[in-house]
Formats: sequence, C-alpha cells, structure tokens
Amino acid sequence: MPSPTRTKPRSAARRQEARAGWLFAGPWLVSLVLLTALPMLATAAMSLTNLGIVDWPDFTGLTNYDLILTEDPSFWTALHNTAVYTAVSVPLRLMLAFGLALLLHSGLRGVAVYQTLFYLPSLVPPVAATVVFMLLLTPGAGPVNVMLSWVGVPAPDWVRDPAWALWTLVLLSLWPLGVEALVFLAALREVPAEVQDAARLDTRRPWERMLYITLPLISPAILFNLVIGVINSFQVFAQAMVIGGTTGNPSESTLMYLVLIYRMAFRYFSLGYAAALSVILLAILGLVTWAIFRLSRRWVHYEGGQR
Amino acid sequence: MTARGPGVRRRPRAWLTAVLRHAALIAVAALLMLPFYWMLVSALKSRGQIFARPLQWWPDPPVWSNLVAVLDYPGFPYWLLLGNTLFYAGMVTLGTVLSCAAAGYSFACLRWRGRDTLFAATVATLLIPAIATFLPTYLIWARLGLTGTYWPLILPAYLGNAFFIFMLRQFFLGIPRELFDAARMDGAGELRIFLQIALPIVRPALIVVAVFTTLYTWHDFFGPLIYLQDPADFPLSVGLFAFRSQRTTEWALSMTAALYTTLPLVLLFALASGYFLRGARIAKF
Repeated sequence: MPSPTRTKPRSAARRQEARAGWLFAGPWLVSLVLLTALPMLATAAMSLTNLGIVDWPDFTGLTNYDLILTEDPSFWTALHNTAVYTAVSVPLRLMLAFGLALLLHSGLRGVAVYQTLFYLPSLVPPVAATVVFMLLLTPGAGPVNVMLSWVGVPAPDWVRDPAWALWTLVLLSLWPLGVEALVFLAALREVPAEVQDAARLDTRRPWERMLYITLPLISPAILFNLVIGVINSFQVFAQAMVIGGTTGNPSESTLMYLVLIYRMAFRYFSLGYAAALSVILLAILGLVTWAIFRLSRRWVHYEGGQR
Repeated sequence: MTARGPGVRRRPRAWLTAVLRHAALIAVAALLMLPFYWMLVSALKSRGQIFARPLQWWPDPPVWSNLVAVLDYPGFPYWLLLGNTLFYAGMVTLGTVLSCAAAGYSFACLRWRGRDTLFAATVATLLIPAIATFLPTYLIWARLGLTGTYWPLILPAYLGNAFFIFMLRQFFLGIPRELFDAARMDGAGELRIFLQIALPIVRPALIVVAVFTTLYTWHDFFGPLIYLQDPADFPLSVGLFAFRSQRTTEWALSMTAALYTTLPLVLLFALASGYFLRGARIAKF
C-alpha cells in the first residue's frame, strides 16, 4: 500500500528497497526467463522441426503432430497407460490418505509413532522402492503372493503379466501415501475446535459432520494434493523405467508418457518429435488442471473467501 | 448405534473405538513396513535362499557377508556413488536455500514494481511439467559442452525453485513490516536487514527447505540419467538402476544396494524428523 505522506528521504529509502527487491529476486527472474519462458517457446518451436542431433533442422510444420496422432501407436499406448495410471492412482491415494488422516486425527496415544512409520516409505528413492517391490511381488520369492494364497486369492504375476504390470505401478504409487495423509492431518488439526463442537450440536450423525463441515474446511488441502498428484503422476518415470525399461515391458504395458519422450529424445535422438510429444503433454495437463480448478469452485471452500 | 439414549455409558464405547483405531493403524503400519522388512531380510539372503521353498521369512542362515560384499561389488561402487550423491544433493541444497530465501524475501518483504505479477508467474510455473522446458535446456547445455558434468544439474538450483520460493514467501510474510522499517530508520542496509533480521526469524523454514531439497535430489533419477554419462559420476539412484539392468538375477545384492541407497535418508530423517513432518503442514495453496 502506498503511504500517503512521501517525504524526500523516505522515497530515497523506497528506491533503495525497490533496487534490493530486484537484486534479491534477480537470480530467480533470470531463471524464470532463461529456464522456463524461453525453453517453453523453444520447445514449441522445436516441435515444428525434424530436429535430430546431426543435421541442421528443417521446418516441417505440423508433421510431427500428424505422425504422433495418426501413425504412432506407441503414443496412444503411452497416453492410455499414463491416463489410467493417473486416474486410478491419484484418487485412490487421496482417499486412502484421507482415511488414514481421519484415523490419526482423534487424539490417540502414540500418533507420533504412527506418523513416523507412515512417513518412512516416502524416504525410499523411487528406483530403490521399485526394485524392492519387484522382489516383493515375484511369485515364489516374495511374501505377497504367499500371503494371498493363505486367503485363497489366486496370485497374479505382477510384473511379467501385461494385464497386471500397470496395476503394479499403481500399487507402488500407494506406498508413499503417508505424505498426503500428513498433509490432510495437518488440515484436520486446523479445523477450529469451536466449529467441531458447534457441528456436534447441530447433527449427531458423524457422516453428516464429515460431509458438511470437515470436508469443506479441508478442501483446499484436497485440491492441493489432487493437482500436485495429477501433475506428478503424468510424469511418472523412474518406477516405469525400472520395471519396463524404454520399451515398457511387458508388451508396452508400462510404457509411460515420459518414458516415451525419453525414448524418442535420447535413444532415437528425434528431438523435434519428442518436443511435439512434450507440447501435447503440456496441453493435456493444462486442460486437466484447468478443469480441476474450474470444477473446484464448486467444492473448494476458502476461509475468508479469498483465493 | 441405533438406540443411543442419554443413559448409554459412553466410556466403554470410547475405549472400544480407541482399540479399534489402534488395530487399524497397526495393520496399516504393518502393511507399509512390509517392503522395508523384505528389503532387509532379502539383503541377508544367498541367491538360493531368495527363491527357496518354502519361503524363508528369515534367512537361515543370514548371509551377513552381503552387507560388506556389495560395497566393492563390481557395478555398484557404493562409496563412490554415495560421494557423488552427497556432492550433488549438498550443492543443490545450498543453492536452493540461498536463492529461494533471497527471492522469497524479496516477494514478501520488499516493495518493488512488478513484484506481484512476477510472483503470480512464479506460482503459475508450479503447474508446468518439467518436460515442457527440458529438451531445449538440454540442447543448450550440450552446446556448452557441459553434458556429462554436474553443471546442468546443480547450477539451476542457484537460481531458485518456484515451490520453495512460494513456501518461504509465506514465512517471510509473517514478519511485521515495522521491524524492517525500524531497521531502515536506524540506517541498516538492505543486505544487513535480510541477513541479520529476516533470515534468523525464518530459520526453521530454511531447514525444512534444505531437508526436502536433499530428499528430492537424492531421489532424482531423470536428470542424472540424461546428463551424466560416465558411471563413475553417477549418483546412487542411477547407480542402482545401472546395477539392476546389468545384473537382473542378483536379487540379494540388489536389496543390499537398495538398502544402502535409502539408509542415509533414514539417518537424515532420524536427525530432522520434526522438519520433515513440519513440511506437511506447509504444503497447501
């Protein structure tokens, strides 16, 4: 807010403050231009060429997009896999994490111990976690299939069966759900006690309190986890590479979108083509995030009504 | 649940709910700990024990020598990989904390034209997938002849990171402006105000940033996989991946390698668990 009285020394101080402001934010502003804005434009420009690594590129117009959409079955496979993965993994993780947060949010003893235990999986680097899960789920060598046989469930060949490999990736994505659970727990703890007491007077039914009081109050945390979850899921890479490599074994069932971009750019060195794939991903994610934010107006409640 | 008159004894019910909750939480915890357990157990097995029938829930006998064998196993030079990872994570963390503290402070506490627009742009970049800017950036580093080095992986951290700038700004906003204006009245320079007044106040938040940057950098796989070529330069994540791709049957040693890749982070968590858990409280729009 501009101050009403502007004395001379004060405006000199303000100039100095503004200069400091630019200097302190300077490196980031450089990054914003050099590492975000310009590269995005360059990606778009590259996507209109046949850029490789040897020859000077030719302008090819929309040829890459045409090839991707009409003649590249791998694109549709990767898009399908990634979309299914995201659509299942993100909501599932949110729901399970929320349930976990509710269990934790009740003034039980030893919550700190559970918090710590639930947090641990998210410390494991994705490559290491995937290697562990591959053994864990190997028929004959891992305990999961043995345990399933105890309850009479036929055990799948998680990693080698094309019908199952994608679900294995989903399962793997559920392991570090403790982080989201803790975000929800923090949000639940911020619901004021008076609000909860008032709600208790209003309705006896716990599920009504949940639906009309608690959920709206923590909806910003749900939105945050949802958006971040979708953006990250669409870019899942390490897990898919460990299980399926650049070909998405078995039979392209774990071929994820970023793996496809990696393959085109750094195995086949079709950088123009890979850039077009990146632009398509950007467009899809932009659309999905826009839709989420648009729909969120109906269910996300901000205290004080701002933002 | 149906008939709940005023005379219903509430205490036993509360007690029962608590027991049920604990039972559910313990079950979830056990499920989440199972992969850890299996990593540990399998790390102590011989090649035969991994596929032994019936399944060995505890290795009989434990092959303790695995714990040492992997350290100088060809294809997984642990100490070298660990050193690379420490260097990588350390340099990125230092840069991220410095640059994000400065930018976050500027966006929160200093008044300059265009600030709010540029901050909005900063938040917007959170929604841009990294791949949308990756390929041209890669080409520039390649043109500069710096692929195959850590420069492309480390240098950008010294320019900032949108998420942590956003987060630190929230913390700087909590400092009353009068504090800065008073310091200015006393003739303190802008740099001194930042270093001696603002930074000490947000110290816990800086540690949160440091801890999470270390974690993310340790986990990072895509960047090092693409930019580094010489296996002697790999960080642990890529080293483990390379080891797995070459020796697909060495399950026990893979588990030991996975264990050693994770262990330093568990150590970090043990030292700074409060800051990790605090991170969850901050992650909101």
